[in-house]
Amino acid sequence: MIISSGFHFLLIMIATLSLPFLAKKPIDLPPLVSVELIQITDKTNIPFAPKAKKIIEKVKKEEEKLVSEQAPPKKVKKEKPEAIPLPNENNEKIKKLEEKKQNPEKIDDEVKQVSEFEKKEIFDPNNIAALIDKSKEQLAETNMQTDKITQSQDQNMDISGLTLSEEDALKAQIFGCWSIPLGLPYNENLLVRIKLKLKPDGSVVKTEILDHARMNKPGQGFYKVLAESALRAVQLCQPLRVPTTGYERWKDLQLNFDAREMLEG
Amino acid sequence: MKYKNILIILFFFIFPNKSFGLIEVDITRGNLNPLPIAISPLSSDSSTKNELSKSLNVQDVGLEISKVIENNFRQSGLFNPLDKDSFLQKPDIAHLKPRFEDWSLIKAQALITGKVTYSEDKLRVEFRLWDILAAKEMMALAFTTVPKNWRRVGHIISDKVYERLTGEKGYFDTRIIFVSEKGPKTQRIKKLAIMDQDGFNTKYLTLGNELVLTPRFNPTNQMVTYLSYFRNLPRVYLLDIETGIQEVVGDFPGMTFAPRFSPNGKKIIMSFAMDGNSDIYTMDLENRIVERITNHPSIDTSPSYSPDGKFITFNSDRSGYQQIYIMKSDGSNVKRISFGKGLYGTPVWSPRGDLIAFTKLHRGKFYIGVMRTDGKGERLLTENYYQEAPSWSPNGRVLIFYRETKTDSKGEGFSAKLWSIDLTGYNERLVETETDASDPSWSSLLSN
Repeated sequence: MIISSGFHFLLIMIATLSLPFLAKKPIDLPPLVSVELIQITDKTNIPFAPKAKKIIEKVKKEEEKLVSEQAPPKKVKKEKPEAIPLPNENNEKIKKLEEKKQNPEKIDDEVKQVSEFEKKEIFDPNNIAALIDKSKEQLAETNMQTDKITQSQDQNMDISGLTLSEEDALKAQIFGCWSIPLGLPYNENLLVRIKLKLKPDGSVVKTEILDHARMNKPGQGFYKVLAESALRAVQLCQPLRVPTTGYERWKDLQLNFDAREMLEG
Repeated sequence: MKYKNILIILFFFIFPNKSFGLIEVDITRGNLNPLPIAISPLSSDSSTKNELSKSLNVQDVGLEISKVIENNFRQSGLFNPLDKDSFLQKPDIAHLKPRFEDWSLIKAQALITGKVTYSEDKLRVEFRLWDILAAKEMMALAFTTVPKNWRRVGHIISDKVYERLTGEKGYFDTRIIFVSEKGPKTQRIKKLAIMDQDGFNTKYLTLGNELVLTPRFNPTNQMVTYLSYFRNLPRVYLLDIETGIQEVVGDFPGMTFAPRFSPNGKKIIMSFAMDGNSDIYTMDLENRIVERITNHPSIDTSPSYSPDGKFITFNSDRSGYQQIYIMKSDGSNVKRISFGKGLYGTPVWSPRGDLIAFTKLHRGKFYIGVMRTDGKGERLLTENYYQEAPSWSPNGRVLIFYRETKTDSKGEGFSAKLWSIDLTGYNERLVETETDASDPSWSSLLSN
């Protein structure tokens, strides 16, 4: 009894943790916003309303004022050492710089910490390799951060498949390539499912008709014709208009060809 | 060991591998453009060409056969035969192994190649159908026949290719029987005539001494039934095309008209009119037993069987206006199916069984249309000043009918021609005939 209860509890826990759809939150659809498309010219030719003109002029003046009042960027004079200083000299310089600080509470004789700026100022040719390494580390860190964003985007895509615009582009392309055999009956269940393996550029590596056994069955002439026309469409259309990113997401793609809507007229 | 396996299974349950779900895209639309097809002239050696040019008076029979196929496909509206001048590969080489790149370059999606040989007074024609995009052979067949049948070979090849590419039977190796008309409208000479579906090989079956109307093919053999005013008495006749023997169908005391065969060809269904009333009757051609199907004071006419022989469609004015009805083949369960505005007539059940074609008269215009067998989904395919009598192609895809037109701008003169239209309503074509023509009826496939 206890073992059975334990196992049941364990199974529920496993299901909760491992099956992602249980934890999936309902998709929060934003409200539809209607957008009116207008043509935008380089310069407007509509005169400003008198009141608006005054306000705009005032804002412009203020902006000019701000720009003129803004102090020019302070030029930081880099003190280039004529010769590579000795360690003692370095310390003296650091001390001098520390003294320039406003109201220093306490100035230690021993330098414990220096700013990055100061570090750069202290040129140490022996440390170049370390600097390069550090820049590499920073770059790698940035890349990692970027990768993380892409991956999270991918995760979102995984839920919804292709975006609407991506799907529409692909559909529009195949619509143009697919010559529907007009002799097919509209009242029969004719759905051809083709699985594609794609290259990153959208060209087709492999096609597989999922109900292939139906192709050679007697009395399935219409299905065979539809399947062959669908394969021709895929061949004719390649390279397919696939998204430029997220290859892992769409490298395997399934196209469901259904001509009933067209044949019914 | 057992616990180890359980632990492994649990591990995969708790830490499932990340995998992307297969993306599915539904393709529910395509283009209705005709399929681009290249029909290479069938190759033949010089001795074959010489022999056949002497016996058939045809310079290059291989080229002529390819033209027959090309014309059939163009008329069908489903294929776009490409211009032969654009072909890059020679016919004999293409027949052995086509260079798919060359054919793909001219946008062909399918290719027909073939070879003609002549030996021992026999014509041997072989052909291959190629899928250009898949770069593979789709079918290969050979026929042997007498040389004068070369046009039929072209039609048979057309049927085979059509069936392979569309999935439905073709309709090219068929004939059309019709009424050939000559002379002014008041003194019209009407003869029974038969021709290939593409308008070639016309033969006249009657001399034109009597008025003939509504010829209909037997779906199973070369028998024809029609209405003739022999000695000014309108009666239904049977004619065997192969022997030329004809006979009257039944000894009715009044007028019989609008005959048509049952799907198995063993019965004739027709109208019989007496004392102002017209009803539907059948006659068994084996035992000559006549059976009355309808018994109503209205005019019931134009009967047509469903392909399974279980139902009959006909038109009747029993509701006050001429409308289309269906009933069981024994005359029970009569049900009106047409409810649109105007008058409906000449219903013909499709060989597929799903549609009924009809002629409709509404506001002074005639329409050829189709509706489902329950009367729903009415579609008017073509409209004109005067047109009627649709007849289905054996595959139920195309309708042939006749249309009368004024021949000059003043609205005078008169001409009757055969026209065909497919179920889409877009592919309407004139069927060339030697003379004016009316009342067409399409045969079933000759090479079943």
